[in-house]
Amino acid sequence: MMFRRNSQNLSLDSPPPASLGRALRKVWNLRMGTIGALVILGLIATAILCPVLAPHHPYKQDITKRLKPPSWMEGGLSQHFLGTDHLGRDLLSRIMYGTRISLTVGISAVLLQVLIGVGLGLLAGFYGGKVDSVISFFVNCMMGFPFILLAMSLIAVLGPSLQNIIVALGVTGWPVFTRVTRVETLRLRDREFVLAAISLAFGAPRILIRHILPNLLPSILVLGTVEVARAIIQESLLSFLGLGIQPPTPSWGVMLAEGRNYMLMQWWLATFPGFAIFLSALGINLLGDALRDLIDPHLRKS
Amino acid sequence: MRTYIIKRLIQSIGVCLVISMISFFLLFLNTDPALLLLPPEAEVKDIELFKKQMGLDRPLLVQYGDFLRKAVFHGDFGQSFVAKVPALQVIAERLPATIKLAVAVMIFVNLVAIPVGMISAIRRYSLLDNVSTFFALVGQAMPLYWFGIMLIIVFGVWLRWLPISGSDSLAHLVLPAVTLGSWILPVNMRLIRSGMLEVLNQDYIRTARAKGLTERKVLIKHAFRNAAIPLITVLGMQIGLLLGGAVVTETVFAWPGMGRLAVDSIRMGDYPVVQAVVVIFAFFVILCNLVADILAALIDPRIRLE
Repeated sequence: MMFRRNSQNLSLDSPPPASLGRALRKVWNLRMGTIGALVILGLIATAILCPVLAPHHPYKQDITKRLKPPSWMEGGLSQHFLGTDHLGRDLLSRIMYGTRISLTVGISAVLLQVLIGVGLGLLAGFYGGKVDSVISFFVNCMMGFPFILLAMSLIAVLGPSLQNIIVALGVTGWPVFTRVTRVETLRLRDREFVLAAISLAFGAPRILIRHILPNLLPSILVLGTVEVARAIIQESLLSFLGLGIQPPTPSWGVMLAEGRNYMLMQWWLATFPGFAIFLSALGINLLGDALRDLIDPHLRKS
Repeated sequence: MRTYIIKRLIQSIGVCLVISMISFFLLFLNTDPALLLLPPEAEVKDIELFKKQMGLDRPLLVQYGDFLRKAVFHGDFGQSFVAKVPALQVIAERLPATIKLAVAVMIFVNLVAIPVGMISAIRRYSLLDNVSTFFALVGQAMPLYWFGIMLIIVFGVWLRWLPISGSDSLAHLVLPAVTLGSWILPVNMRLIRSGMLEVLNQDYIRTARAKGLTERKVLIKHAFRNAAIPLITVLGMQIGLLLGGAVVTETVFAWPGMGRLAVDSIRMGDYPVVQAVVVIFAFFVILCNLVADILAALIDPRIRLE
């Protein structure tokens, strides 16, 4: 008994001994980053090449072939690999065109978040004092506001369009960037190179953009990657609730909402669009994790 | 300690005020409330008269003050356009279902996250640890509502084990609670794991072991209690996430709670109800954050001093 306890103690104090499980995880982490990058490349390629790759036009209806199961199931048609929806449109083609919407919204919304969030975070961290209090207060307000309600209300006000969804996701999602940027700027503000720049009487914009911002880019990149995945999920969610992209545009969320009406019999209609969202988000997260391990190991703990 | 509580309290009231302001002005951004309330064929003269009667011709800030006074002192958010009863009453009818769901989720999540997180930390890189890491990764990328629909298809439609919508019995609670719980479960699991890993290296754990305490006592009384402090803060923050997630989950499972009410009201343009839901949601979120922060500060004096 004594010995067992002792050996356990050792294993916790020193780095854990090499084991099969640990080795597996290392390989796993490395592989996963590569897989994530491949998934994203695939997404981008699909988004660009979908007019060539898609077997059918995403809006082409054929009411005689409605609700057909995937081609490998009984009753499936060979020209419709993932089956057809309630209007006889090809599910696979619509999913492929859906990548365009998801990537557009995801990337644009995060760029908007970065613009607002990083800007405010730099100001809060650099000036401190009252500026910091006001900005931190607004971050707290945004965090206290259930995101989904704010985004939904905004879209109800602005009207559902691609542009407004990007705006809604952008103006609700920035606080994470402010938090990270603020803390890192605070940390850098008293470093010698910043003090040197201040003593050379450089203006604040120059110090913030030329001296502080470049040091923050790795963290922003890592956070931004993960946020793209979140924005994609949130766009699909808004569209699913009817407050996002409107039918017949092939957004994954719209397709899921339509498929939900048929989930009792035609399970594939809700399953595959959702799987597309899941796969994209997973790929982006995997790449984000790998990037974080590569660029900024001390972020790993949080 | 007292100054800390007072500081947090003032902060929270400020946040509440700003949120009430946003939800109030959202209505005015959208449309003229008078046009929303009156039939479309109303004449300009009548509209002016109606505005005067309702006080809609006063400056916006005065109207906001009025809205705030009524909401805070009388719980009056105005009449629901759809149900034609006070907005607060509409919400009161839906609140119990959402609370039931939230409690079920909290019980489910902690029952799974605490033991699994602890074992993952003690047996690091074991099969269980690797499997839970894998699920945490997958869970992060899973759209909540899709997961719910998949559960419905598998357990409701194919296996017919569980009911897929409604809220009549405990069995109805299982799928919504698992769906919503799966959203925060990975975070809590990782949190317990990393908290335990950090604590297990501390001197006081070695002391506890050296005293000859049983491993069980060391782990639960000495290690877990310290590792659980961040969990308290996170659980407080997650109430807000849960309410947001409830919007989605309740829609998927036709659960008659506040979340579904919010979606329906926004869709139908029932703004008094939307305002009331937003303010009450935000109030809950802020209250839970506040309670969690104070609890954490009570347990861990280091937090107060920062």
